[in-house]
Amino acid sequence: MSVGIVMLVHTALGRAEQVARHWAAGGCPVVIHVDRSVPKKTYTAFVEALSDLKQVRFCKRHRCEWGTWGIVAASQAGAEMMLSEFQEVRHVYLASGSCLPLRPVQELIDYLAARPRTDFIESATTADVPWTVGGLDQERFTLRFPFSWKRQRYLFDTFVKLQRKIGLKRKMPNGLVPHMGSQWWCLTRQTLSAILQDPERPTYDTFFKRVWIPDESYFQSLARLYSGHIESRSLTLSKFDFQGKPHIFYDDHLQLLRRSDCFVARKIWPHANRLYEVFLTDAAGAMKKTEPNPGKIDRIFAKAVERRTRGRAGLYMQSRFPNPGWENGITSSPYSVFEGFSDLFEDFEGWLAKATSARVHGHLFAPDRVEFAGGQSLMNGALSDSAALRDYNPRSFLCNLIWNTRGERQCFQFGPADIQDIAWDFVKDPNAQVSVISGAWAVPLFRSNRNFADIRKDAALLQRIESEHLNVLRSPYVKAKVRIWTMAEFIEAPMEPLQTILDEIGNRSLRRLAEVPKMVDLDGFGQFLQNLKNQGMHPYLMGDFPVARDMPNAPQSPRKPYLVR
Amino acid sequence: MGVWQSYRLRLQRKRWLLRAWRKRRELRSVTNRTGAIKPGDILLFSTLRNEQLRLPYFLQYYRDMGVNHFLLVDNDSTDGSLEYLAEHPDVSVWHTRHGYKRARFGVDWLNWLQMQHAHGHWSLVVDPDEFLIYPFCDTRSLRALTDWLDASSIKSFAAMLLDMYPKGPIGAQPYRQGQDPIEIANWFDAGNYSIKRNKRFGNLWIQGGPRSRVFFADKPEKAPALNKIPLVKWDKRYAYVSSTHMLLPRGLNLVYDEWGGEKASGVLLHAKFLNTFSEKAQEELTRKQHYAASVEYKAYAESLQDDPDLWCKWSERYINWRQLEILGLMSKGNWA
Repeated sequence: MSVGIVMLVHTALGRAEQVARHWAAGGCPVVIHVDRSVPKKTYTAFVEALSDLKQVRFCKRHRCEWGTWGIVAASQAGAEMMLSEFQEVRHVYLASGSCLPLRPVQELIDYLAARPRTDFIESATTADVPWTVGGLDQERFTLRFPFSWKRQRYLFDTFVKLQRKIGLKRKMPNGLVPHMGSQWWCLTRQTLSAILQDPERPTYDTFFKRVWIPDESYFQSLARLYSGHIESRSLTLSKFDFQGKPHIFYDDHLQLLRRSDCFVARKIWPHANRLYEVFLTDAAGAMKKTEPNPGKIDRIFAKAVERRTRGRAGLYMQSRFPNPGWENGITSSPYSVFEGFSDLFEDFEGWLAKATSARVHGHLFAPDRVEFAGGQSLMNGALSDSAALRDYNPRSFLCNLIWNTRGERQCFQFGPADIQDIAWDFVKDPNAQVSVISGAWAVPLFRSNRNFADIRKDAALLQRIESEHLNVLRSPYVKAKVRIWTMAEFIEAPMEPLQTILDEIGNRSLRRLAEVPKMVDLDGFGQFLQNLKNQGMHPYLMGDFPVARDMPNAPQSPRKPYLVR
Repeated sequence: MGVWQSYRLRLQRKRWLLRAWRKRRELRSVTNRTGAIKPGDILLFSTLRNEQLRLPYFLQYYRDMGVNHFLLVDNDSTDGSLEYLAEHPDVSVWHTRHGYKRARFGVDWLNWLQMQHAHGHWSLVVDPDEFLIYPFCDTRSLRALTDWLDASSIKSFAAMLLDMYPKGPIGAQPYRQGQDPIEIANWFDAGNYSIKRNKRFGNLWIQGGPRSRVFFADKPEKAPALNKIPLVKWDKRYAYVSSTHMLLPRGLNLVYDEWGGEKASGVLLHAKFLNTFSEKAQEELTRKQHYAASVEYKAYAESLQDDPDLWCKWSERYINWRQLEILGLMSKGNWA
């Protein structure tokens, strides 16, 4: 008999009783501290229920409010009783009523018997660990905390602020170095009695009574004074969420807990019947030998914290709607916007889809309808091609599309004839790759069979829209990867820019481009632009097209696709 | 938010509470077993009309989930719903003949009942065709969720309305009493939801799904709201403002994280589109007791002439809550 259990209990007394019986059955004496806020009637019933066990005692009750001295006082009372009444106890294990032993009690006894002089207490200097939530770490020790954080929050906060302002500070008594760690420890009789019987104890107690959350620092700091051998870890498995509250274990964690290889877990949901059933049986049945895999628990709870604090990038939903700038990625994955390409090349979309593994849409923001790839009327996630639905919330539309097609790159065409509202959204999105051939909107006009007066009017409008759009693309807020060529620049050497863009998209084949898209016939385009100029509408976004030059080195016959080696 | 505006919202909340108090006279208690409600019980509130067909499964679903007591308002059913409900030991029923619309679509009645009975309880407000799904609902009871919410000091829990529909015409597969309606209507739209923020009340405004896609494609602003906050640790000073879309005080509407993280949330599977729907739509059209002059039902009626198929090849077939979480329709938040 070498391990004594001190249990701090405040709710779910029925479960506490079960656990106490389990410890006692395993041969461990138990001292129970019941919170003083538990009604007298409930308390006496609880004591009565456990009265058949000689090994179970109840110590003096203190009021335990979170973050206050009461919990330390309770631990002290429990430990003192344990040490004085059970002389054969060598290790004292501090546990709570919602702790559940995962491995047979005998294993714990053997484990500790093999390490008779080791104190298991998580104890780290405050300077070195960023554990604390809420900004109070070193200040837990240097300030005074006479007010309750739960009940008197205003006074608590004000008093902290006041002390900071005045510069009021306290010194650690006797040069004690503040340490913090999990409140669930297992100390040897030697260390524990040294702490409890220290002639300086009143000094320390007085000091720690005004420390914030002393249960995480009192024993942790003092053990450093007396222990010969501290192993700085807790034998109790306990996981904390992003606010520093312990995660709760449920029935569906059974397999995880089985593989945790920890002795005790907290905190267990009181109604997790299956957990209590499985773990509170005799040694033989308790632990079916399974390969320990404690890393899995860590991962699951680390992921939960990550999900709560960072979330899934590019997801907008009922419980995640980030303020502007806090999206952690406006969209979920990279996509490409092509401006002017489908005007300059024949069937650019078909070519791009073949050259990459991406899904290539037409003008998603065309005024009359959404031009999904392949002319579909609905897309992943049942996204509709209705322009009204899209324009009702263009940003939702784009983010939804990218989210719905995770794993498949999306490309779409954009131009001055489209609804322009969305531009700011993709321009500010680091996931967007925007490639622009400026002035290419003139090509369809050039090839159209319309009256020149109408063409001139349209050209003026499109030029104005695109010019504004280019200003947006050059603004200091741009986070997208933007490339802009004038049309004249681009057709000088179309292969190089195309290759760069495709390389970035992550071409399925690593070979160089085998086939270039077919450029439309631009014979007479220079003259067309000149005509516009002659009518007083100066097209400048496409760069310089001399009337006579037309196409540099252009073959006289219509261009054909060619291979580049 | 300025002092002036928060004062106005306070006045508005008082007004809704006063209105609920005034409307109490429209309710006649038929069976009142609220004396059996114990502290900590989880309560369910609902208004219904002619739902006899759906009630057995509805009651069973929530009973199994861990609801302890049902407080229901029967809006003049003619199909025996009232008599059926009166038989159950965990159900209290009130009856009213008054207008659903005049009671702001039942909100006033339920606000009153909640004020009376839900103070200090977790209170779930759902319609008989709404089925709550929350993270781990296949292994953990509703009590596990509310205990966790309590421990995390969270007072309200969001569950967006997810419209479910069958494959093929709505009327094709008849619903049998007691059957799980999701067996028939087990398809949904996974990713066509528009979200906006309502500055005044601080809630999100979500629209989309099949109703928006099929019935409101040319007038999306009229599409029904899908954001809901059905589960609240009730206080007698709280009031639902419009259906369960939003509440006052407005802090309760902040069920979403604004700094990039995800809060825990669930989904209300909305099994509205069963074979009973066309009949209901016709009736509602003549009764004119629904929202915005029944614009929703008008839109349905137009399309219903040709027995529409809401299903499309991008529809997603419902499997379980994990699927909904992966699709991003709900989240575990930091519940693990």
